[in-house]
Amino acid sequence: MKHFLTTEGAIRADLDALLDEADIYVEVLRRPIPKVPTLRGKTVATMFFEPSTRTRLSFERAAKALSADTMSFSPGTSSLSKGESLKDTVLTITAMGADLMVVRHKSTGAPWRVAEWVDIPVVNGGDGAHQHPTQAMLDSLTLRRRFGKLDGLRIGIVGDIRHSRVARSDIFAFAALGAEVILIAPPTLLPVDLGGWPATTVPRLDDVIGDLDAVYLLRVQTERGGASVFPSLPEYVSRFGMTRERFRRLSPEAVVLHPGPMNRGVEIAPEVADDERCLVLNQVDLGVAVRMAVLNRLLGGDEDA
Amino acid sequence: MRNVMDGADVGRVIRRIAHEVIEHNRGASSVVLVGIHTRGVPLAHRLASAIAEFDDVVVPTGSLDIGLYRDDLGLRPRPKLEPSEIPAIDGADVVLVDDVLFTGRTIRAALDALADYGRPKSVQLAVLVDRGHRELPIRPDYVGKNIPTARTERVQVMLAELDGSDAVTITGEGE
Repeated sequence: MKHFLTTEGAIRADLDALLDEADIYVEVLRRPIPKVPTLRGKTVATMFFEPSTRTRLSFERAAKALSADTMSFSPGTSSLSKGESLKDTVLTITAMGADLMVVRHKSTGAPWRVAEWVDIPVVNGGDGAHQHPTQAMLDSLTLRRRFGKLDGLRIGIVGDIRHSRVARSDIFAFAALGAEVILIAPPTLLPVDLGGWPATTVPRLDDVIGDLDAVYLLRVQTERGGASVFPSLPEYVSRFGMTRERFRRLSPEAVVLHPGPMNRGVEIAPEVADDERCLVLNQVDLGVAVRMAVLNRLLGGDEDA
Repeated sequence: MRNVMDGADVGRVIRRIAHEVIEHNRGASSVVLVGIHTRGVPLAHRLASAIAEFDDVVVPTGSLDIGLYRDDLGLRPRPKLEPSEIPAIDGADVVLVDDVLFTGRTIRAALDALADYGRPKSVQLAVLVDRGHRELPIRPDYVGKNIPTARTERVQVMLAELDGSDAVTITGEGE
């Protein structure tokens, strides 16, 4: 594995191996000293051209738990404001000695461009509405640790699929791992063409709610013009919100996931957010372990066959 | 290929080391056994059974994967990581258990790993085979059998739990 850019086209064996390794790091992170020397001397640069707190912190925590050093870049304080190009910026950081680069950018495909320019591994930390593959892997690990495996699970992804890189990443990862993926959204919030996506669509949450093993609630992205793609927040809540009433209609084993940050009272009722079957904090916790696995697989050399 | 130990030899050696561990630690009540993946793990469990038989003490027994502590990052393919399960070791007499002691680098890594779990009273080392060629200042406390080898020879330990039967073999140079 040279880069980690997308879950689209992923091979199951690679995803399984990544999750197996992440399971090891879950134990590492629970040790009295939750740090191993594996990547001593390596430097991970987090290049977030778009605001992010949790994903960046999660990558930095993962790098440090493997004893790598970190450099971080944020556009507000950089020469981007002086007009430096993306290419010059990433080449500059590479020249400072970065061994791996995590790139988040508002433009679809930016991490692929960066991977062409630099000769170090690149991890996609989220590009536009396109892909966010480490999120998909931490979601997959959360479900795998809860249910043992994803094979045969029915996972409903609810909300604004069209503008969601989380949905695009999860669909391919969940399907590759053997789950059945159901997209729950009105046509206006679905991509124009679902061509080739391993998923089916349902217009109303109430049509399938009792059949789902997991409900993945997408965040209503108010900063990306969320309110403009559906008539009103109350209408969204009435059709797609995980209200207390809907939560009761889930099967008793079913769980709720959310990529965070949650809009309590919009896509998720406060009582549901605090329920034991809402796995949001599990997701955050496992995110560090998954990112450790990604970093070590890219920097730590090939695994013995 | 030559056989240097058979199943009966391995059984005798484990019983002898169990006695030595009990003697050295004046009983086994403070002892924790930690097997190093892969073949140290079943050896540690066998040692625990023998100690239970002789001293009537069930010693906590764990497993340790040293893959994250290796010093040869990038020099060769890394083995798949296995889960580590370490009992409480603060204040304990920890006996690391491995099949073959060679360069000592695995044990160096294991000592570093153990330190991340706690501060044992002492750390001791038990190996089924010491084949020599140390590259670090490490010595075993309990040795099943000293087997002089050439550096290029390969010592293979087979254990019933993983390989169907017990044996130790040496595959020579040029074979």
